[in-house]
Amino acid sequence: MNAQPELTQALLYLDGVSVSFDGFRALNNLSLVIGPGEMRAIIGPNGAGKTTMMDIVTGKTRPDEGDVLFDGRVDLTRLDEASIAELGIGRKFQKPTVFESQTVEDNLLLALKGPRSAAASLFGWRNRVKASELDGVLETVGLAEHRARLAADLSHGQKQWLEIGMLLAQDPKLLLVDEPVAGMTDAETEETARLLTRIAGNHAVVVVEHDMAFVRALGCKVTCLHEGTVLAEGPIDAVSANERVIEVYLGR
Amino acid sequence: MIASRLLAGLDLKGRVFLAALAGLAVLVPVLNLAVPETSALHVPTYVVSLLGKYLSYALLAVALDLVWGYCGILSLGHGAFFALGGYAMGMYLMRQIGPRGVYGNPTLPDFMVFLNWKELPLTWYGFQSFPYAMLMVVLAPGLLALVFGWFAFRSRVTGVYLSIITQAMTYALLLAFFRNDMGFGGNNGLTDFKDILGFNIQAQTTRVGLFVATVVALALGYAVARAMVNSAYGKVLIAVRDAESRARFLGYRVERYKLVAFTVSACMAGVAGALYVPQVGIINPSEFAPANSIEAVIWVAVGGRGTLVGAALGAIVVNFAKTWFTGALPELWLFGLGALFVLVTLFLPKGVVGTLSAWSGGRRQAAPAGVAAAPAAE
Ligand SMILES: Nc1ncnc2c1ncn2[C@@H]1O[C@H](COP(=O)(O)OP(=O)(O)OP(=O)(O)O)[C@@H](O)[C@H]1O
Ligand SMILES: [Mg+2]
Repeated sequence: MNAQPELTQALLYLDGVSVSFDGFRALNNLSLVIGPGEMRAIIGPNGAGKTTMMDIVTGKTRPDEGDVLFDGRVDLTRLDEASIAELGIGRKFQKPTVFESQTVEDNLLLALKGPRSAAASLFGWRNRVKASELDGVLETVGLAEHRARLAADLSHGQKQWLEIGMLLAQDPKLLLVDEPVAGMTDAETEETARLLTRIAGNHAVVVVEHDMAFVRALGCKVTCLHEGTVLAEGPIDAVSANERVIEVYLGR
Repeated sequence: MIASRLLAGLDLKGRVFLAALAGLAVLVPVLNLAVPETSALHVPTYVVSLLGKYLSYALLAVALDLVWGYCGILSLGHGAFFALGGYAMGMYLMRQIGPRGVYGNPTLPDFMVFLNWKELPLTWYGFQSFPYAMLMVVLAPGLLALVFGWFAFRSRVTGVYLSIITQAMTYALLLAFFRNDMGFGGNNGLTDFKDILGFNIQAQTTRVGLFVATVVALALGYAVARAMVNSAYGKVLIAVRDAESRARFLGYRVERYKLVAFTVSACMAGVAGALYVPQVGIINPSEFAPANSIEAVIWVAVGGRGTLVGAALGAIVVNFAKTWFTGALPELWLFGLGALFVLVTLFLPKGVVGTLSAWSGGRRQAAPAGVAAAPAAE
């Protein structure tokens, strides 16, 4: 399908998206626009539909109605996960998911940009990845000393970083990061905020998080979801002062 | 060059395994052909064929381990691929009988004459040619796996559901091959073979030749599987096993990766079946029995899933035990097998070889693999 001309500016464009599970409306007429290189924080109570929004964007769940456009022209609702990933959308799961029985290095190698077909991997074309890229990512996420360890042996926080590193290795245009600091210490949380802000600019980053100190540290526009729809959007101070946001989410 | 690259990719147990196979390929023929029958060291010909049978099972186990151990596809239908390869070989052997059958018909196998058939069905065309039959040994199971896998993996059937439909597949084939009008010999199957490539199939030297061919096939099958799992492809396969959706969101077409492994594995199982048939002298529909496929899974579990060598050893050891048991205490075998499976699942979830390499690996490397059911993928 074709996008209207004014939408070409947006990297990710959701309009009027709704989806129901067994009659329960997880997303309700949701609209969201992310610009190229933009950093956006998404907050909202449990069950607000934050993860479901990411499921829609990455092709895991099909919306019942609404438009989901990438790069102003690609209709994401018609593509599967692998095609969407190839377009340049990477995703970190809410529950950290890495390849436990493989080394940190192999995890990143698997993620590194390059041909993804079975033939390419079987006949070794995929092996021509640049060692410098791998080292760069290892450095960025602070796992350089752990490159030879099995992912299963990493701490919870390190696994989160490894997964973020895998996103970086993928080098997508858009990163969807679901609760990156859950289970992290304060120091690790601060480090992660620094890491993500460094990434933004070259990549658009959408971060879902409940940790308000962390969201504040990101220093970006904030969207609050509630019952599958946007409740408030704007600078953090404005959103956290919003009456409805305080009522349903932040509390008094 | 390929050989040296492969050797470089082998771990210790792989090298020991290939060396042991090379030893068997020399030792068994010598002990059978050169050592006089009166000597205690003589290996009787029936034992040579028995060993050959075990080794063809070992190849089936390696094939199964490729999909189950490295890609998490618990196929309970690999016996079907094995049997299809066996039937392709059996059809070649039937056509070799020629006019020497009971009814003396030069083209039609005896069972067709008995059924009053006038001409050879299309499915049997070409099977008088050895190369054609060998092609079918690989193609028939390969194509079935390709079609079956294409539908199953594309619709994302996984886990127990996939296992159940693989059982259904082999059961459906069991019923089909039982039917006389399918033209594969009905419930009697194919037997009374006379010769293979012009050699009398009963002759001592032929038996030894078949044994050596099986050893070579097992070594090659192992080498192919090892090369696959060591390649970048193998890393993706393991990634799919451990976190399928993670692999998908990284942009991998999981269904294609599975399909490649499943098809290669089925072809390998077909070769195993083709080597099995001339050594046991018969192929009939009971080879499609769902229980056969389940037994193969037990061999792999006992030896160690995701180790390849363990799968082969598991097949050999369990079948030794089976031969001994069914001789000594026939009615207890199924209980013994069941108990073995339960014990291994409870106390040795990585199987014998998996546990051994975890121990030795744990000493070399400070960090042991802490995950259950995640075999060391070296
Ligand atoms: N595949 C699914 N099937 C059925 N219900 C689902 C499915 N996915 C999500 N839901 C429901 O949709 C609602 C929104 O869930 P979602 O995971 O998007 O919330 P969330 O905002 O990410 O919450 P949290 O902060 O707890 O992660 C929840 O009530 C959830 O139970
Ligand atoms: Mg969520």
